[in-house]
Amino acid sequence: MSSDTLVKVRGLKIGATVYPPDAAPHDIDIVHGVDFELERGKVLGLIGESGAGKSTIGLATMAYGRGGVKITGGEVWINGRDILKSRLRDVRRLRGGEVTYVSQSAAASFNPAKKIMDQVVEASVEHGKFSRRKAEKRAVELFRKLGLPEPDKIGNRYPHQVSGGQLQRCMTALALCPEPELVVFDEPTTALDVTTQIDVLMAIKEAIRDTGVAAIYITHDLAVVAQVSDDIMVLKMGEKVEYGTAEQIINAPREEYTKALVSVRSIEHEEKVPSPEPVLRCQNITARYTGTNFDVLHNVSVDLSPGQTLAVVGESGSGKSTLARVITGLLPPSTGRIEFAGRTLAPDLPSRSREDLRELQMIYQMADVAMNPRQTVGTIIGRPLEFYFGMRGEKKRKRIQELLDQIEMGAGFIDRYPAELSGGQKQRVCIARALAADPKLIICDEVTSALDPLVADGILKLLLNLQKVENVAYLFITHDLATVRAIADSIAVMYQGKVVRYGTKSEVMSPPFDDYTDLLLSSVPEMKLGWLEEVIANRKMESAGN
Amino acid sequence: MSPVIRLLAQRISLGLLLLFFVSVLIFAGTIILPGDVAQSILGQSATPEALANLRREMGLNDPPVQRYFAWLGGVLQGDLGTSLTSGRDIASSMGSRLQNTLFLAFWAALISVPLAIFLGLLAVRYRDRWPDKLISGVTLASISVPEFLIAYVVMFFLGVKFRLLNPTAIGFRPDADIFAKLEMIALPVLVLTLVILAHMMRMTRAAILNVMQSAYIETAELKGLTMFKIIWRHAFPNSIAPVVNVVMLNLAYLVVGVVVIEVVFVYPGMGQYLVDHVSKRDVPVVQACGLVFAAVYIGLNLVADIVSILTNPRLRHPK
Repeated sequence: MSSDTLVKVRGLKIGATVYPPDAAPHDIDIVHGVDFELERGKVLGLIGESGAGKSTIGLATMAYGRGGVKITGGEVWINGRDILKSRLRDVRRLRGGEVTYVSQSAAASFNPAKKIMDQVVEASVEHGKFSRRKAEKRAVELFRKLGLPEPDKIGNRYPHQVSGGQLQRCMTALALCPEPELVVFDEPTTALDVTTQIDVLMAIKEAIRDTGVAAIYITHDLAVVAQVSDDIMVLKMGEKVEYGTAEQIINAPREEYTKALVSVRSIEHEEKVPSPEPVLRCQNITARYTGTNFDVLHNVSVDLSPGQTLAVVGESGSGKSTLARVITGLLPPSTGRIEFAGRTLAPDLPSRSREDLRELQMIYQMADVAMNPRQTVGTIIGRPLEFYFGMRGEKKRKRIQELLDQIEMGAGFIDRYPAELSGGQKQRVCIARALAADPKLIICDEVTSALDPLVADGILKLLLNLQKVENVAYLFITHDLATVRAIADSIAVMYQGKVVRYGTKSEVMSPPFDDYTDLLLSSVPEMKLGWLEEVIANRKMESAGN
Repeated sequence: MSPVIRLLAQRISLGLLLLFFVSVLIFAGTIILPGDVAQSILGQSATPEALANLRREMGLNDPPVQRYFAWLGGVLQGDLGTSLTSGRDIASSMGSRLQNTLFLAFWAALISVPLAIFLGLLAVRYRDRWPDKLISGVTLASISVPEFLIAYVVMFFLGVKFRLLNPTAIGFRPDADIFAKLEMIALPVLVLTLVILAHMMRMTRAAILNVMQSAYIETAELKGLTMFKIIWRHAFPNSIAPVVNVVMLNLAYLVVGVVVIEVVFVYPGMGQYLVDHVSKRDVPVVQACGLVFAAVYIGLNLVADIVSILTNPRLRHPK
């Protein structure tokens, strides 16, 4: 072990006890013997899909197991000490002192009842690294370094008083405040909008460089990790797939799985010509929520041709989901008109006919909360068949099987419960439920955002195939431009409740761009080393999330 | 206007409105009750003329609405009417009783609330280990046994058999010095503490355990804090609202629900006063007691609401 080695992990094994509904509790292995080393001041990227064990490994460097997770074997050496064999008191001194942690959701990880400053300096003071006054001074310096507005005062605010991007930077300040040797970043930018993501990413990268701290950077997005890491380890199902320098992994991946991750989202989709008779026509929609005094949508007009896909793109708060609520009738617009399949839709849900409801279906971001956990897949898909078509018995069962075939899941799933399905399978069941109504239009609200890249790819391919066969139109709401490129025929870019750019995919995606679309397009991480610095240098406009 | 002040004003006016409705209910209830006040004062042998005279004198022939407002007007000026049986002013005779009840409630609360919260914290700290199970077991047992039984058991052992404390509060004098008074109420306070401890302790435990699932508790753990600091600094401030609600319900019980304990220990409080006058059908006293109890209940719940509002940082510090 060279003197520069900070972290040395050998044969790390991590397990957990699971409690399946139909079997006795038993132990499973999550991580099956992983080795890595990290030198001082270097950054190691851990990458993999959910279930790969990357967060679990990251937390193991603090001798911590989340929930029922237990470290069952191996060695974790930090600064020449095997922390798995240390006493609890020494482990406590390590946590928050030598090794600190930045979580995915700063919004949930800050205590809502305490001021930001109290939480940022707490560990430093607790471990006797600094006096309270010195720690506060250091926190303010870090706030400034991380580009937070009003660095002298932001510490006096409560977590709910700052934006998500700012809170993520505060969390980074919290982690850096006690001058740790190692920071574990666990998906620190995943919950942020793309335009905010690059600012935070840049802030983190500079802070790592300036403080000379070592870091473990965990993410599912290879393009992101490529921007900050020196080395990258690819994980799958708790096992190391490939481990090398960032340059080697990105430019010359050896394993098939890594190659798949590098080339993910390469779906080609030829755009179709818009038809003169759209299936959905929104005219000058303006809407606001009751009890508020500002419009969430301003004068939104978009068309969607039968059998085509209109992608509505924008950051959180841009009004894209509100547009879906207006179209479905959940939020009647204050002005404007919605034409659907040649007729004018009633503004509110109760006055719409059953036929209107049937022809307009929805798929949601969170498939698991969009299904009743106590109903089987068969019941879930069968419900629209009964409700809209009065199907019963054998006929219904046959149709359910057809639908399951269409979503590439066998008839064996008919009696399963949602809890027994994977994330991708759950979303497929939701798609089948929407299809069961034989709709003309399906509104897809961020349907792939909660899924791993490879799984999301599968869902997008399925949706495109179904569109070909069923001639169904999609209104596809997303913040992810890669998804838009893969699936859209036309695109509406939304910003602060307005459509700032609208047209066919080729029109919207080709220059000259307006400033906002330019910002949005340039913010999508590219699988290329040095991309981050390039983008920051060429920016024209600040993102709204700051 | 800041949202906190608006919310508080809203709660307080709602509380007053509720109290008004309760006063209507109490008045209507006593009117609906069978029996005639004049008859019960004069007895079965009264002549019809005497009854009619008394009714006129007392205004019993006036329409109920008019009588209600006359009563309410008196109440608002601090005049709760006069007792039918003793002829004394209710406000002044009830005043000393209420003071005694509040005295008992105060000491019971002063011991039981901090103790319950401390035991709750302790139960979370040693969750599912023996201290947690012991605390839960003992408090659950004490809440399950009827309070009068606990009272008699405690009285028998501590008061009679070992003669450690006064078995009853029969010698309680409001003008005695504080130590003499405390000695008198030691046993009732002990029993009341045992009765209300369990609720508050279990709610504290449940509310904190609920918060312990939050991501910010993990953050605190990863800062290397000790378990007790995590619970005290990070979990407890976020579970105050539900705890205060249960605390207030129990404080209300200390004032309103202690009838049994007061009777068992012969303590001259509101409960005994009410029971005495119910048995004598002294309607004005029953009405007055009902109103005071309602006011205490609504008032304490109002305090709980206000505390919940004030402990919510989103309301206290708007964006």
